Amino acid sequence: MLTYGSQLALGALGITLIYGILRFANFAHGDLMAFGTMVTVLMTWWLQSIDVGLAPLPTALLALPVAIAITIVMALLIDKSVFKFYRKKRSAPALFVIASIGVMFVLNGIVRFIIGPNDQRFSDGERFIIKARAFKQMTGLNEGLAIKVSQGLTISIAFLLVVALFWFLQRTRTGKAMRAYSDNEDLALLSGIDPERVVMVTWIITATLATIAGTLYGLDKSFKPFTYFQLLLPLFAAAIVGGIGNPLGAILGGYVVAFSEVSITYAYKKFLKYLVPENWEPDGLVQFLSTDYKFAVSFIILVLVLLIRPTGILRGRVI
Amino acid sequence: MSGGYGGADILRGCDISVDKGEIAVIVGPNGAGKSTAMKALLGMLHLREGTVTLDGKDITQMSPQDRVKEGMAMVPQTNNVFVSMTVQENLEMGAFLRRDDIYRTMDLVFELFPILKDKRNQPAGELSGGQRQQVAVGRALMTGPQVLLLDEPTAGVSPIVMDELFNRILEVKQTGIAILMVEQNARQALNIADTGYVLVTGENKFTDTGEALLADPEVRRAFLGG
Repeated sequence: MLTYGSQLALGALGITLIYGILRFANFAHGDLMAFGTMVTVLMTWWLQSIDVGLAPLPTALLALPVAIAITIVMALLIDKSVFKFYRKKRSAPALFVIASIGVMFVLNGIVRFIIGPNDQRFSDGERFIIKARAFKQMTGLNEGLAIKVSQGLTISIAFLLVVALFWFLQRTRTGKAMRAYSDNEDLALLSGIDPERVVMVTWIITATLATIAGTLYGLDKSFKPFTYFQLLLPLFAAAIVGGIGNPLGAILGGYVVAFSEVSITYAYKKFLKYLVPENWEPDGLVQFLSTDYKFAVSFIILVLVLLIRPTGILRGRVI
Repeated sequence: MSGGYGGADILRGCDISVDKGEIAVIVGPNGAGKSTAMKALLGMLHLREGTVTLDGKDITQMSPQDRVKEGMAMVPQTNNVFVSMTVQENLEMGAFLRRDDIYRTMDLVFELFPILKDKRNQPAGELSGGQRQQVAVGRALMTGPQVLLLDEPTAGVSPIVMDELFNRILEVKQTGIAILMVEQNARQALNIADTGYVLVTGENKFTDTGEALLADPEVRRAFLGG
């Protein structure tokens, strides 16, 4: 849950940043994540083929910096060729959104064309930090506890990234300029802040976050382009629940969505077994909803938030 | 200067200037082109005729951002602070283009507006209207300008705060900056003005010292309510 939450948080941060600075909902974000992850996967395979690795950590970590660089180039290229045109014309946000849907389909196509629509595994190295059986032996408890390497990695990397991002936004000149631009565009111009530079830095950060989030998600599950497209809904739910345009909100939202999704689709059978007398043990898995419906959870959260508190938990912009 | 948005000219050959260490005030009825004149000076409006010069340099063709670099600072009428950022960050953003030591200027701003020093770590959005205006003027001063343009600095603040703001503006003038402002509160503004411009339908109707305009019976009758 924490793992999934961290992945959502990193993804939602990208969406929130773009919304705050460029003022549109970027539907291409899921596929930007897919693109970044694809580059990581390809690099990982290549590194594996020449026997370079980071064992016991996954090779993908070694591939990540290159993938980030390529994804940044891609994001900047997209911005120059698509979004800049609409920015110059000062188009309405709706036009940006539609343009981003176009970008989404193109990126989606590129990814499938290069790596194919199928499931790809690229995780290697040690799989667990603590294995279930080892935990049982260690503690003498009946049930095991397993912590996967990918989970430990996700949580620690997400934590470091978030700290770094907030330090950047709060303390550096460029970070403050980004916040100023997001707060009041005209006044930022009057202060001599260069909008194109702010936009460029935003894309660099977004592409970095997207690649890392995508790779961590891929390491944890597996890489399948379509899944990343589907991630779009929980990502937007997370960004909006937390308060869109507010980075802290995106993180909070990521965990809120992840916790609700998992707690509603979790199989409570084992959990109940310990609570109720033995002969009461239920037959089914005791899920509130089957995991097939997990996207419904994001959707319901989204609708509820928009109805009850359109600004999100921490106050963001009203959409 | 002559110019407007598209078809008809809003400014019709009006002429406005201000010297270092002086205050010039533009007053006039609604729709006279006061704010438009201000925008033209900042380069937000394309001039059909005429020139804008700063310190003898022709800046007519420059973009607003370049004019800021050249030493022009503007305080818009509304949305003139970064509400989500602290007072100090607002001031830092004003000095964004500067590479020299900005803290001397910041001390100067804190000297002019002591209240800002106490509230330096508070988000500007949480301040009162009058305090916000002080932040806005402070931000503009941080650019280290030669000319400061104020678009109705006292709009929407109480009379007491207004008097205080005017006093502060007089103090800013003492630092040797040229100040040009557009004001609705014509009487008070002309009181502190070295030069006053009464603008009507985009033309200079009266131009004189603030005192003389206040004494002029025709100006009094038409624009100051007797």
